[in-house]
Amino acid sequence: MLKLDKVGKTYRIGAFGGQELRAVHDVSFQVNPGEVVSLIGESGSGKSTIGKMVLRLLPPSAGAITLDGTPEADYYRHVQGVFQDPFSSYNPIFKADRVFEMVRQGFGLPSQDWREKVEAALRSVRLDPGAVLGKYPHQLSGGQLQRMLIARALLLELKVLVADEIISMLDASTRIDVLNLLGELRERGLGILFITHDLSLGNYVSDRTVVLYKGRMVETGRTDRVFGDPRHPYTRRLLASVPQLHRKWSEEEEQPEPEAECLFHAPGEGWVEPDHFVGCAFGGEQDECPRAAEAVVIPLR
Amino acid sequence: MTLKVDDLRVYYRTLRGEVKALDGVSFTLADGEIMGLAGESGCGKSTLGKSLIRLDQRMKHVGGSVELDGQVLPIADDRRMNAHRFFEVSLIPQYSMSALNPTRKIGRMIEELLRSRGAPFDRKELERRLHLVGLSTDVLDRYPIELSGGMKQRTVMVISTLLDPSLLIADEVTSALDVSSQRAVAQTLLEFRDRHLVKSMIVVTHDLSLVYQIADTIMVMYAGKLAEKAPAKTIVNAPRHPYTQALINSLPEVGVRYSERRLQGIPGSPPSLLNPPKGCRFRDRCPLAFDKCETEPPFTEIAQGHSVACWKAI
Repeated sequence: MLKLDKVGKTYRIGAFGGQELRAVHDVSFQVNPGEVVSLIGESGSGKSTIGKMVLRLLPPSAGAITLDGTPEADYYRHVQGVFQDPFSSYNPIFKADRVFEMVRQGFGLPSQDWREKVEAALRSVRLDPGAVLGKYPHQLSGGQLQRMLIARALLLELKVLVADEIISMLDASTRIDVLNLLGELRERGLGILFITHDLSLGNYVSDRTVVLYKGRMVETGRTDRVFGDPRHPYTRRLLASVPQLHRKWSEEEEQPEPEAECLFHAPGEGWVEPDHFVGCAFGGEQDECPRAAEAVVIPLR
Repeated sequence: MTLKVDDLRVYYRTLRGEVKALDGVSFTLADGEIMGLAGESGCGKSTLGKSLIRLDQRMKHVGGSVELDGQVLPIADDRRMNAHRFFEVSLIPQYSMSALNPTRKIGRMIEELLRSRGAPFDRKELERRLHLVGLSTDVLDRYPIELSGGMKQRTVMVISTLLDPSLLIADEVTSALDVSSQRAVAQTLLEFRDRHLVKSMIVVTHDLSLVYQIADTIMVMYAGKLAEKAPAKTIVNAPRHPYTQALINSLPEVGVRYSERRLQGIPGSPPSLLNPPKGCRFRDRCPLAFDKCETEPPFTEIAQGHSVACWKAI
């Protein structure tokens, strides 16, 4: 089980690192085995920063990220990532299957039965080994490349897969296959952190959802609760802007802004149900909130 | 009728031969029509958009004609097209983020642009249009780097439509934006049409659910050919071409869950356009393919405003 406990990240920016940018505040959630957790947010919400911290590509400035029952040295064997652009994840002058060999060398795995292991991993991501081995990256499609990267992660003793926008560059006809693949891996007991800006994709594949706004968790819980009964005004507005087939924006009734007082101020008091948390987008700091006494209205850019 | 494209063929010259990216495309666009142009990458949708405004070095006009407002567009002649570009046909490029000159303030850049085209610079009108897309006039005194992605996109939209073109081509204008700015940008496109700033529009996109929100008609392309064109509602609710059906069925929507209903992708991949197969190009991936598909199906109108290129639908 991967656990994030009050994780924060502060970047130093500006000419001499004189300014601070708090990209992530106080984020806590966990990814259980056999569970897909989607991390949803717009650009600048800190979702990729969280992904990088989970992969240990960045150290958190506050809090801790732990994987239960594994020694620190083995962390990378259990937590692996796949990123957005499959074409830039490969070196174009080498054959694509070189990525497997590099895993073997990098982690010092035995070369015995290696080819069988690679083929088994490829088959488990529904690729035909004969069709992809020995090819250059430009000879393969984006979906195939992306699935090869997932296969690479499976060669290790993978427990948690961080999938950062892995299908946003794929075509509609292939992206659903990669999504279904995540579902299959989940059934095999893998925990998946699915990072996306696309709410419909997050909703399709995940068991639990974390919605981020400016680095803070505004709503989290079981996906059907968060999408079926969104409580935070930001989640509601985000859901309303998603384009949907069969329903036009122009045909929607104008939904009145919720006028109830803001329920979400005190940190830690936002549990509306046992597994549905709604947080304040401003971390409960009254003076930061533009309309502290009223409903939180978060400006959409 | 604003635009009439007749049997347009545009090939890319490569070392290995000609890539037939646009291979016999005919359609019309009515006054005030917003047409969504959808398809997978490599289907020729961006090539079609580009051919109507500028063929680059690698593109070769092989055949067919384009008529705009009853006037033939000399699309193969780069120089003669200058008289039409920006005045009658205009483009919002795919990467608006990098379409602005980083060394000029926006206002000065627009002024220079208009001067170079010999068009008058009307600051009042420019300010009015900026307000229309929800930007303040301060934008004119800023450098592109000072604007967010959505703001740059909207600035480019204002510039592209400044001379009230008849035809506007919007190439993947929303794909780099967040959901909330996507909605604002899409609605701005609608606004342009409703205020008659542009007569008709082609919105090139891979996102069917977004284009469904604003388009009157949707045209689906596959491997350099037209697959289906119909009113947006028909494409989404009752598509006739098997490719359109598969495409619609593979879209996850809010409300569809993996655990409840498993969506399916389309097996296989589009054919190479260097030597495209004879007959229907979707044949190899099509669940309904039969003998007749070895001859090419014509793009036929099967109902008012609904054309399909499939033997099963005719």
